[in-house]
Amino acid sequence: MSVPGGGGAPELYELPPGRTDLPRSRSRLFAGLRQEGAKGVLIAVVSTIAVFAVLTVVIVRSPNWPTVRQSFFDWQQFKSSLADVAPKFLRNIQYFMIAEVFILSWALLLAVMRSLPGPVFFPLRLISIGYTDLFRGIPTILIVYLLGFGVPAMQLPGVPRSNAFWAVVALILSYSAYVAEVYRAGIESIHPSQIASARSLGLTRLQSLRFVVIPQAIRRVIPPLLNDFVGLQKDTALVAFVVAIPEAFKQGQLDVSATFNYTPLLAVALMFLIITIPMTRLVDWLIARERAKRQGGAAL
Amino acid sequence: MRKMLVAVAAFGLLLAACAGNENPVVTTSPGGGGTETSAAPTTAAACAQQSSVPFVNAGTLTVGTDNPAYPPWYAGGDTQGTSWKINNPATGKGFESAVAYAVADKLGFTNDQVQWVEVPFNQSFAPGPKSFDFDINQISFTPKRAQQVTFSDSYYDVNQALVGLKGTPITGAASLSDLKDYSLATQIGTTSYDYITNVIQPNKEPGAYNSLADAVQALKSGSVDGIVVDLPTAFYVTAVQIPDGVIIGQFPNPEGQAPEHFGMVFAKDNPLVDCVNLALSELKSDGTLQAIQDQWLSSKVSVPVFSTS
Repeated sequence: MSVPGGGGAPELYELPPGRTDLPRSRSRLFAGLRQEGAKGVLIAVVSTIAVFAVLTVVIVRSPNWPTVRQSFFDWQQFKSSLADVAPKFLRNIQYFMIAEVFILSWALLLAVMRSLPGPVFFPLRLISIGYTDLFRGIPTILIVYLLGFGVPAMQLPGVPRSNAFWAVVALILSYSAYVAEVYRAGIESIHPSQIASARSLGLTRLQSLRFVVIPQAIRRVIPPLLNDFVGLQKDTALVAFVVAIPEAFKQGQLDVSATFNYTPLLAVALMFLIITIPMTRLVDWLIARERAKRQGGAAL
Repeated sequence: MRKMLVAVAAFGLLLAACAGNENPVVTTSPGGGGTETSAAPTTAAACAQQSSVPFVNAGTLTVGTDNPAYPPWYAGGDTQGTSWKINNPATGKGFESAVAYAVADKLGFTNDQVQWVEVPFNQSFAPGPKSFDFDINQISFTPKRAQQVTFSDSYYDVNQALVGLKGTPITGAASLSDLKDYSLATQIGTTSYDYITNVIQPNKEPGAYNSLADAVQALKSGSVDGIVVDLPTAFYVTAVQIPDGVIIGQFPNPEGQAPEHFGMVFAKDNPLVDCVNLALSELKSDGTLQAIQDQWLSSKVSVPVFSTS
């Protein structure tokens, strides 16, 4: 993994190499607009109207549209469901906040275990690799089901019997496998010369990992970590499959089954968007900032 | 551009309006099966002969229910070579299977002309074309639900019941207020969730599981103190799925309200509902429906009713 330019290694989230004219805009929404000036804006407006007009016609012309509109876009239903769903969304927030703390630390441990060198640490590497293979290979919903119902059913003394507890544990186990891989990519992206320098200063292998490699690695992988965090936020809806006490999605399902109207699910979707869209924009912004920094550095 | 937009919008509205007119509004009230016109058929068989009655497959009565087909609604097993679990609805055994065949008979269909299709609960009310003529799957009528689909008249007046584990404190409950401090759960799709939150108003937030199997599992493993299911299902659950389970009691009908009832589900405004309602009233007056109920469902009388004090 040697890359010209010193400390830099390929970034996980970077566009193809060789492109130096990367647009700075955070989301690429306005890509190519500024260069074209007023003409660009006009083209964008006309094209937007045309696309949305076609979409509207296609949707409204669908033979069953009146029924669909009533079943999915009932405004009164939406308002009353939103009032039902919003307080329950606090549970989703609780789930992903608790889970994220454990995911970040457990995954880091896994990644470090995997990057430990030498024959002595073979079993730790084995465990780490086996773990990530296992939990990345099983659909999260299955882990939620198996743990959420399986562990309480064992009725082990002293072990929590709450479905919710084990559902969150399942999310932690599943997501830490992904996040461990993100960390590992970060650790491996640190140039070997960094470790060599640290070692030559008299740091032990573990010390150089702790004080030199990991701090740089984490800083580098913050955007992909946040990406996985967004994924986790959405996947708290999976908890609904084993937990009876309603969170937002389950409450939406209850409202749907009480009314046979699907609009409540839109209210649930809105709750998730309120959290995930700002988060996604933040990730874009961080990536753009990091890239700007790097390009600034490279120009020196 | 703006002109074009306006034109597009107007075009869309026009289409929407046309689409709305394609489905003539059926104004018959439930039970009142179109008796106001002289030409209206008076028997279910004559009703089903009308060309205006649409069937999913002509010459066949297509009936939907969920899979697995649980007792006592379906019975007789015999699932080999089919995709059905636990029971095959096409045997005519079990309450809902027997009712469906009895209705089919009144409509003029032979047993061989009845086709069963698998319809998950969530699909029974999805907008769009239906895969069934009617769905019979322990679905309770509510006015809100009836805005989205059309229900037949009652084929069974249902009471909800509470199931707990033998020897646990909840089994001592005799009134609704005794239940306040327990954790209760239901199954999504039943009407009992609203009943628990509005009538029992427990101190612990009630839960709802996605399937009967999940709710049973939760009760067995002690995640909840009691589960609320309809009474016939409660008999089945305590007899087969949870041998140390017990029916603690059945819930009274909410005051001033008609008893909860199961209805067959039709696509909204499907005129076949009038024929099925005629069939149901014929089955009620000739005693067939009661006989089917006596054959397949246990008597409600043996289970104590929770007092409302």
